[in-house]
Amino acid sequence: MNERETQLRDLLVRGLGGDASAYHVFLKDLSTHLRGFLRVRLARLPDDVEDLVQETLLAVHNQRHTYDLDQPLTAWIHAIARYKLVDLLRRRAGREMLNDPLDDELEVFAVSDHDAADARRDLGKLLEQLPERQRLPIVHMKLEGLSVAEAARATGMSEAAVKVGVHRGLKALAELIRSGHENG
Amino acid sequence: MKTDDLIAMLANDADAVAPQVWRQRYLMAMSAGLAGAVLLMLSLLGIRSDIAAAAQLPMFWVKLAFPAALATGALLAALRLSRPGIALGRVGTLLAAPVLAIWVLAGLALLRAPEDAAMLVWGETWAACLVNVPLLSVPAFIALFMVMKTLAPVRPVAAGAAAGLLAGSLAAIIYSLHCPELAAPFIGLWYPLGMLIPAAAGAAIGPRLLRW
Repeated sequence: MNERETQLRDLLVRGLGGDASAYHVFLKDLSTHLRGFLRVRLARLPDDVEDLVQETLLAVHNQRHTYDLDQPLTAWIHAIARYKLVDLLRRRAGREMLNDPLDDELEVFAVSDHDAADARRDLGKLLEQLPERQRLPIVHMKLEGLSVAEAARATGMSEAAVKVGVHRGLKALAELIRSGHENG
Repeated sequence: MKTDDLIAMLANDADAVAPQVWRQRYLMAMSAGLAGAVLLMLSLLGIRSDIAAAAQLPMFWVKLAFPAALATGALLAALRLSRPGIALGRVGTLLAAPVLAIWVLAGLALLRAPEDAAMLVWGETWAACLVNVPLLSVPAFIALFMVMKTLAPVRPVAAGAAAGLLAGSLAAIIYSLHCPELAAPFIGLWYPLGMLIPAAAGAAIGPRLLRW
Protein backbone atom coordinates (compact mmCIF):
# COMPACT_ATOMS: atom_id res chain seq x y z
CA MET A 1 0.00 0.00 0.00
CA ASN A 2 1.57 3.29 -0.95
CA GLU A 3 1.60 6.40 1.17
CA ARG A 4 -1.13 8.21 -0.70
CA GLU A 5 -3.44 5.27 -0.34
CA THR A 6 -2.67 4.98 3.36
CA GLN A 7 -3.54 8.64 3.84
CA LEU A 8 -6.74 8.39 1.86
CA ARG A 9 -7.78 5.25 3.63
CA ASP A 10 -7.21 6.88 6.97
CA LEU A 11 -9.42 9.80 5.95
CA LEU A 12 -12.16 7.47 4.76
CA VAL A 13 -12.05 5.39 7.93
CA ARG A 14 -12.44 8.54 10.00
CA GLY A 15 -15.25 9.62 7.71
CA LEU A 16 -17.02 6.31 8.14
CA GLY A 17 -16.72 6.88 11.86
CA GLY A 18 -18.65 10.13 11.52
CA ASP A 19 -15.84 12.67 11.05
CA ALA A 20 -17.35 14.96 8.41
CA SER A 21 -14.27 17.11 7.80
CA ALA A 22 -12.03 14.09 7.25
CA TYR A 23 -14.66 12.71 4.92
CA HIS A 24 -14.74 16.01 3.03
CA VAL A 25 -10.97 15.91 2.50
CA PHE A 26 -11.24 12.27 1.44
CA LEU A 27 -13.83 13.05 -1.23
CA LYS A 28 -11.86 16.03 -2.42
CA ASP A 29 -8.64 14.05 -2.80
CA LEU A 30 -10.50 11.16 -4.31
CA SER A 31 -12.09 13.41 -6.91
CA THR A 32 -8.67 14.48 -8.21
CA HIS A 33 -7.55 10.86 -8.51
CA LEU A 34 -10.77 9.84 -10.18
CA ARG A 35 -10.47 12.71 -12.61
CA GLY A 36 -6.92 11.74 -13.56
CA PHE A 37 -7.84 8.07 -13.79
CA LEU A 38 -10.92 8.69 -15.90
CA ARG A 39 -9.40 11.35 -18.12
CA VAL A 40 -6.76 8.93 -19.36
CA ARG A 41 -9.37 6.29 -20.04
CA LEU A 42 -11.85 8.65 -21.64
CA ALA A 43 -9.37 10.39 -23.90
CA ARG A 44 -11.88 10.26 -26.73
CA LEU A 45 -14.79 11.40 -24.60
CA PRO A 46 -13.28 14.34 -22.70
CA ASP A 47 -16.66 15.95 -22.17
CA ASP A 48 -17.87 12.98 -20.20
CA VAL A 49 -15.04 12.99 -17.67
CA GLU A 50 -16.51 15.39 -15.15
CA ASP A 51 -19.95 13.78 -15.32
CA LEU A 52 -18.39 10.44 -14.58
CA VAL A 53 -16.29 11.88 -11.75
CA GLN A 54 -19.50 13.14 -10.16
CA GLU A 55 -21.38 9.94 -10.78
CA THR A 56 -18.55 7.90 -9.25
CA LEU A 57 -18.31 10.17 -6.22
CA LEU A 58 -22.03 9.80 -5.66
CA ALA A 59 -21.70 6.02 -5.99
CA VAL A 60 -18.79 5.93 -3.53
CA HIS A 61 -20.87 7.92 -1.08
CA ASN A 62 -24.03 5.85 -1.53
CA GLN A 63 -22.13 2.58 -1.26
CA ARG A 64 -19.68 3.55 1.45
CA HIS A 65 -21.16 0.91 3.76
CA THR A 66 -19.75 -1.76 1.40
CA TYR A 67 -16.14 -0.85 2.17
CA ASP A 68 -14.45 -3.52 4.26
CA LEU A 69 -11.80 -2.10 6.56
CA ASP A 70 -9.62 -5.14 5.81
CA GLN A 71 -9.73 -4.41 2.10
CA PRO A 72 -7.20 -2.33 0.14
CA LEU A 73 -8.86 0.99 -0.67
CA THR A 74 -7.50 0.86 -4.21
CA ALA A 75 -9.36 -2.34 -4.96
CA TRP A 76 -12.66 -0.92 -3.72
CA ILE A 77 -12.38 2.43 -5.47
CA HIS A 78 -11.08 0.86 -8.66
CA ALA A 79 -13.98 -1.58 -8.80
CA ILE A 80 -16.53 1.22 -8.36
CA ALA A 81 -14.86 3.52 -10.90
CA ARG A 82 -14.50 0.66 -13.34
CA TYR A 83 -18.16 -0.31 -12.93
CA LYS A 84 -19.26 3.24 -13.71
CA LEU A 85 -16.76 3.57 -16.54
CA VAL A 86 -17.77 0.33 -18.23
CA ASP A 87 -21.40 1.34 -17.85
CA LEU A 88 -20.66 4.60 -19.67
CA LEU A 89 -18.60 2.97 -22.41
CA ARG A 90 -21.25 0.36 -22.99
CA ARG A 91 -23.76 3.13 -23.52
CA ARG A 92 -21.48 5.09 -25.78
CA ALA A 93 -19.66 2.88 -28.18
CA GLY A 94 -18.29 -0.21 -26.57
CA ARG A 95 -15.06 -1.29 -25.12
CA GLU A 96 -12.86 -0.51 -28.08
CA MET A 97 -12.75 3.10 -26.90
CA LEU A 98 -10.65 2.07 -23.95
CA ASN A 99 -7.06 3.10 -24.38
CA ASP A 100 -5.82 1.00 -21.53
CA PRO A 101 -6.75 -2.28 -20.00
CA LEU A 102 -8.91 -1.65 -16.96
CA ASP A 103 -7.36 -4.20 -14.74
CA ASP A 104 -4.41 -2.30 -13.42
CA GLU A 105 -5.57 -1.48 -9.92
CA LEU A 106 -2.48 0.38 -8.92
CA GLU A 107 -3.25 3.26 -11.16
CA VAL A 108 -6.22 4.81 -9.41
CA PHE A 109 -4.10 6.81 -7.04
CA ALA A 110 -1.12 7.16 -9.34
CA VAL A 111 -2.59 10.14 -11.14
CA SER A 112 -4.43 13.17 -9.95
CA ASP A 113 -6.04 16.03 -11.78
CA HIS A 114 -7.23 19.14 -10.00
CA ASP A 115 -8.55 20.81 -13.06
CA ALA A 116 -12.28 20.24 -12.89
CA ALA A 117 -14.11 20.99 -16.09
CA ASP A 118 -17.77 21.83 -15.97
CA ALA A 119 -20.01 18.86 -15.79
CA ARG A 120 -22.40 18.61 -18.70
CA ARG A 121 -25.14 17.12 -16.66
CA ASP A 122 -26.37 19.43 -13.92
CA LEU A 123 -27.01 17.47 -10.76
CA GLY A 124 -28.76 20.55 -9.41
CA LYS A 125 -31.38 20.19 -12.11
CA LEU A 126 -31.77 16.49 -11.41
CA LEU A 127 -32.18 17.32 -7.75
CA GLU A 128 -35.22 19.40 -8.63
CA GLN A 129 -36.94 16.30 -9.96
CA LEU A 130 -36.86 14.57 -6.60
CA PRO A 131 -40.01 14.54 -4.46
CA GLU A 132 -40.13 17.25 -1.78
CA ARG A 133 -39.59 14.94 1.16
CA GLN A 134 -36.20 14.01 -0.34
CA ARG A 135 -35.31 17.25 -2.08
CA LEU A 136 -35.92 19.62 0.84
CA PRO A 137 -33.76 17.76 3.37
CA ILE A 138 -30.95 17.53 0.81
CA VAL A 139 -31.17 21.20 -0.06
CA HIS A 140 -31.25 22.29 3.57
CA MET A 141 -28.67 19.92 4.95
CA LYS A 142 -26.33 19.17 2.16
CA LEU A 143 -26.37 22.43 0.25
CA GLU A 144 -27.10 25.00 2.91
CA GLY A 145 -25.24 23.16 5.63
CA LEU A 146 -28.01 23.04 8.21
CA SER A 147 -27.89 20.41 10.90
CA VAL A 148 -30.47 17.64 11.05
CA ALA A 149 -32.38 19.51 13.77
CA GLU A 150 -32.32 22.78 11.82
CA ALA A 151 -33.37 21.09 8.61
CA ALA A 152 -36.19 19.38 10.47
CA ARG A 153 -37.39 22.73 11.77
CA ALA A 154 -37.09 24.40 8.38
CA THR A 155 -39.04 21.68 6.60
CA GLY A 156 -41.49 20.80 9.34
CA MET A 157 -40.39 17.17 9.05
CA SER A 158 -39.22 14.94 11.88
CA GLU A 159 -35.47 14.46 12.29
CA ALA A 160 -35.79 10.81 11.37
CA ALA A 161 -37.70 11.76 8.21
CA VAL A 162 -34.98 14.27 7.30
CA LYS A 163 -32.28 11.61 7.58
CA VAL A 164 -34.30 9.08 5.61
CA GLY A 165 -35.06 11.76 3.03
CA VAL A 166 -31.39 12.58 2.48
CA HIS A 167 -30.43 8.92 2.27
CA ARG A 168 -33.18 7.97 -0.15
CA GLY A 169 -32.75 11.19 -2.09
CA LEU A 170 -29.09 10.53 -2.85
CA LYS A 171 -29.94 7.00 -3.97
CA ALA A 172 -32.74 8.39 -6.11
CA LEU A 173 -30.30 10.90 -7.60
CA ALA A 174 -28.03 8.06 -8.70
CA GLU A 175 -31.11 6.37 -10.13
CA LEU A 176 -32.04 9.52 -12.07
CA ILE A 177 -28.55 9.71 -13.54
CA ARG A 178 -28.91 6.13 -14.70
CA SER A 179 -32.35 6.52 -16.22
CA GLY A 180 -31.09 9.70 -17.91
CA HIS A 181 -28.42 7.57 -19.58
CA GLU A 182 -30.96 5.10 -20.78
CA ASN A 183 -33.21 7.70 -22.34
CA GLY A 184 -30.57 9.93 -23.77
CA MET B 1 -23.62 21.66 -10.05
CA LYS B 2 -19.87 21.89 -9.69
CA THR B 3 -17.98 18.89 -8.43
CA ASP B 4 -16.80 20.82 -5.38
CA ASP B 5 -20.40 21.62 -4.52
CA LEU B 6 -21.33 17.98 -4.89
CA ILE B 7 -18.48 17.03 -2.57
CA ALA B 8 -19.53 19.60 -0.01
CA MET B 9 -23.05 18.28 -0.28
CA LEU B 10 -22.00 14.67 0.23
CA ALA B 11 -19.61 15.48 3.06
CA ASN B 12 -22.10 17.66 4.84
CA ASP B 13 -23.63 14.96 6.92
CA ALA B 14 -21.29 12.04 7.10
CA ASP B 15 -23.20 9.89 9.52
CA ALA B 16 -21.18 7.10 11.06
CA VAL B 17 -21.57 3.86 9.13
CA ALA B 18 -21.72 0.51 10.90
CA PRO B 19 -18.89 -1.79 9.80
CA GLN B 20 -19.61 -4.98 7.88
CA VAL B 21 -23.35 -4.42 7.63
CA TRP B 22 -23.55 -7.13 4.98
CA ARG B 23 -23.05 -9.92 7.53
CA GLN B 24 -26.11 -9.03 9.51
CA ARG B 25 -28.17 -8.39 6.40
CA TYR B 26 -27.34 -11.78 4.92
CA LEU B 27 -28.02 -13.48 8.22
CA MET B 28 -31.46 -11.91 8.35
CA ALA B 29 -32.25 -12.74 4.73
CA MET B 30 -31.16 -16.35 5.21
CA SER B 31 -33.20 -16.72 8.39
CA ALA B 32 -36.25 -15.26 6.69
CA GLY B 33 -35.69 -17.49 3.67
CA LEU B 34 -35.32 -20.63 5.75
CA ALA B 35 -38.40 -19.77 7.81
CA GLY B 36 -40.34 -19.18 4.60
CA ALA B 37 -39.17 -22.49 3.16
CA VAL B 38 -40.20 -24.34 6.33
CA LEU B 39 -43.65 -22.74 6.27
CA LEU B 40 -44.10 -23.56 2.60
CA MET B 41 -43.03 -27.14 3.14
CA LEU B 42 -45.26 -27.66 6.18
CA SER B 43 -48.28 -26.19 4.43
CA LEU B 44 -47.76 -27.78 1.00
CA LEU B 45 -45.70 -30.94 1.46
CA GLY B 46 -45.29 -31.98 5.06
CA ILE B 47 -42.32 -33.70 6.67
CA ARG B 48 -41.77 -37.32 5.73
CA SER B 49 -43.68 -39.45 8.21
CA ASP B 50 -40.81 -41.85 8.84
CA ILE B 51 -38.30 -39.14 9.62
CA ALA B 52 -37.28 -40.67 12.95
CA ALA B 53 -36.40 -43.93 11.24
CA ALA B 54 -34.78 -42.17 8.32
CA ALA B 55 -32.57 -40.16 10.65
CA GLN B 56 -30.91 -43.44 11.66
CA LEU B 57 -29.54 -43.81 8.13
CA PRO B 58 -26.26 -42.16 7.18
CA MET B 59 -27.60 -41.20 3.74
CA PHE B 60 -30.25 -39.04 5.40
CA TRP B 61 -27.48 -36.90 6.84
CA VAL B 62 -25.49 -36.95 3.63
CA LYS B 63 -28.58 -35.63 1.88
CA LEU B 64 -28.77 -32.83 4.44
CA ALA B 65 -25.05 -32.09 4.48
CA PHE B 66 -24.73 -31.87 0.71
CA PRO B 67 -26.93 -28.78 0.24
CA ALA B 68 -25.64 -27.35 3.53
CA ALA B 69 -22.08 -27.50 2.17
CA LEU B 70 -23.20 -25.90 -1.07
CA ALA B 71 -25.00 -23.19 0.90
CA THR B 72 -21.75 -22.35 2.69
CA GLY B 73 -19.92 -21.91 -0.60
CA ALA B 74 -22.78 -19.98 -2.15
CA LEU B 75 -22.99 -17.69 0.87
CA LEU B 76 -19.30 -16.92 0.64
CA ALA B 77 -19.67 -16.24 -3.09
CA ALA B 78 -22.68 -13.97 -2.51
CA LEU B 79 -20.93 -12.06 0.27
CA ARG B 80 -17.90 -11.46 -1.91
CA LEU B 81 -19.82 -10.61 -5.05
CA SER B 82 -21.95 -8.08 -3.17
CA ARG B 83 -19.09 -5.66 -2.63
CA PRO B 84 -16.81 -3.91 -5.09
CA GLY B 85 -13.23 -5.07 -5.39
CA ILE B 86 -13.45 -8.32 -3.43
CA ALA B 87 -11.92 -11.28 -5.26
CA LEU B 88 -13.83 -14.57 -5.33
CA GLY B 89 -10.78 -16.51 -4.20
CA ARG B 90 -11.24 -20.23 -3.71
CA VAL B 91 -15.01 -20.18 -3.74
CA GLY B 92 -15.09 -22.35 -6.86
CA THR B 93 -13.25 -25.14 -5.06
CA LEU B 94 -15.56 -24.81 -2.08
CA LEU B 95 -18.56 -25.23 -4.38
CA ALA B 96 -17.06 -28.07 -6.41
CA ALA B 97 -15.97 -30.18 -3.43
CA PRO B 98 -19.42 -31.27 -2.20
CA VAL B 99 -20.55 -32.01 -5.75
CA LEU B 100 -17.48 -34.17 -6.38
CA ALA B 101 -17.98 -35.93 -3.04
CA ILE B 102 -21.59 -36.84 -3.80
CA TRP B 103 -20.59 -38.00 -7.28
CA VAL B 104 -17.99 -40.31 -5.78
CA LEU B 105 -20.68 -41.76 -3.51
CA ALA B 106 -23.01 -42.02 -6.50
CA GLY B 107 -20.34 -43.82 -8.53
CA LEU B 108 -19.75 -46.30 -5.71
CA ALA B 109 -23.48 -46.96 -5.37
CA LEU B 110 -23.80 -47.59 -9.10
CA LEU B 111 -20.77 -49.90 -9.15
CA ARG B 112 -22.16 -51.89 -6.27
CA ALA B 113 -25.56 -52.45 -7.89
CA PRO B 114 -25.35 -51.75 -11.62
CA GLU B 115 -28.56 -53.66 -12.23
CA ASP B 116 -30.43 -51.07 -10.11
CA ALA B 117 -28.91 -48.09 -11.93
CA ALA B 118 -32.19 -46.79 -13.32
CA MET B 119 -33.83 -46.90 -9.91
CA LEU B 120 -30.85 -45.30 -8.18
CA VAL B 121 -30.70 -42.43 -10.65
CA TRP B 122 -34.37 -41.74 -11.31
CA GLY B 123 -35.81 -42.69 -7.94
CA GLU B 124 -39.54 -42.14 -7.67
CA THR B 125 -39.72 -38.41 -7.13
CA TRP B 126 -37.24 -36.72 -9.48
CA ALA B 127 -39.92 -34.47 -10.95
CA ALA B 128 -41.10 -33.42 -7.48
CA CYS B 129 -37.51 -32.54 -6.59
CA LEU B 130 -37.21 -30.30 -9.65
CA VAL B 131 -40.44 -28.51 -8.75
CA ASN B 132 -40.18 -28.35 -4.98
CA VAL B 133 -36.61 -27.15 -4.54
CA PRO B 134 -37.19 -24.07 -6.73
CA LEU B 135 -40.59 -23.54 -5.09
CA LEU B 136 -39.18 -23.60 -1.55
CA SER B 137 -36.36 -21.30 -2.65
CA VAL B 138 -38.70 -18.43 -3.48
CA PRO B 139 -38.73 -16.74 -0.02
CA ALA B 140 -34.93 -16.86 0.30
CA PHE B 141 -34.54 -15.76 -3.31
CA ILE B 142 -36.59 -12.64 -2.71
CA ALA B 143 -34.96 -11.85 0.65
CA LEU B 144 -31.44 -12.35 -0.72
CA PHE B 145 -32.05 -10.18 -3.76
CA MET B 146 -33.42 -7.45 -1.52
CA VAL B 147 -30.23 -7.57 0.53
CA MET B 148 -27.96 -7.69 -2.49
CA LYS B 149 -29.80 -4.68 -3.86
CA THR B 150 -28.70 -2.68 -0.78
CA LEU B 151 -25.05 -3.59 -1.49
CA ALA B 152 -23.00 -2.95 -4.61
CA PRO B 153 -22.37 -5.97 -6.84
CA VAL B 154 -20.17 -5.11 -9.81
CA ARG B 155 -20.68 -8.48 -11.51
CA PRO B 156 -24.47 -8.76 -11.60
CA VAL B 157 -24.72 -12.05 -13.49
CA ALA B 158 -22.41 -13.87 -11.10
CA ALA B 159 -23.91 -12.10 -8.09
CA GLY B 160 -27.45 -13.03 -9.14
CA ALA B 161 -26.38 -16.63 -9.74
CA ALA B 162 -24.76 -16.81 -6.28
CA ALA B 163 -27.89 -15.43 -4.61
CA GLY B 164 -30.04 -17.91 -6.55
CA LEU B 165 -27.75 -20.83 -5.72
CA LEU B 166 -27.77 -19.86 -2.06
CA ALA B 167 -31.58 -19.69 -2.09
CA GLY B 168 -31.73 -23.05 -3.88
CA SER B 169 -29.35 -24.79 -1.50
CA LEU B 170 -31.20 -23.45 1.56
CA ALA B 171 -34.41 -24.74 0.00
CA ALA B 172 -32.81 -28.14 -0.64
CA ILE B 173 -31.80 -28.42 3.03
CA ILE B 174 -35.44 -28.01 4.00
CA TYR B 175 -36.74 -30.17 1.17
CA SER B 176 -34.47 -33.03 2.28
CA LEU B 177 -36.69 -33.32 5.38
CA HIS B 178 -39.60 -34.19 3.09
CA CYS B 179 -37.86 -36.03 0.28
CA PRO B 180 -38.05 -39.85 0.57
CA GLU B 181 -35.08 -40.60 -1.69
CA LEU B 182 -31.84 -41.85 -0.20
CA ALA B 183 -29.74 -42.96 -3.18
CA ALA B 184 -26.56 -40.98 -3.81
CA PRO B 185 -27.02 -40.98 -7.62
CA PHE B 186 -30.45 -39.39 -7.17
CA ILE B 187 -29.12 -36.76 -4.78
CA GLY B 188 -26.08 -36.08 -6.93
CA LEU B 189 -28.21 -35.44 -10.01
CA TRP B 190 -31.59 -33.99 -9.11
CA TYR B 191 -30.63 -31.89 -6.12
CA PRO B 192 -28.03 -29.89 -8.06
CA LEU B 193 -30.44 -29.53 -10.98
CA GLY B 194 -33.16 -28.29 -8.63
CA MET B 195 -30.77 -25.74 -7.13
CA LEU B 196 -29.52 -24.65 -10.53
CA ILE B 197 -33.00 -23.46 -11.50
CA PRO B 198 -33.02 -20.56 -8.99
CA ALA B 199 -29.32 -19.99 -9.73
CA ALA B 200 -30.07 -19.61 -13.44
CA ALA B 201 -33.03 -17.36 -12.66
CA GLY B 202 -30.75 -15.21 -10.49
CA ALA B 203 -28.14 -14.97 -13.24
CA ALA B 204 -30.84 -13.99 -15.73
CA ILE B 205 -32.43 -11.21 -13.70
CA GLY B 206 -29.28 -10.04 -11.87
CA PRO B 207 -28.23 -7.50 -14.50
CA ARG B 208 -31.65 -5.87 -14.48
CA LEU B 209 -32.35 -5.96 -10.73
CA LEU B 210 -28.93 -5.34 -9.26
CA ARG B 211 -27.86 -2.18 -11.07
CA TRP B 212 -26.70 0.75 -9.01
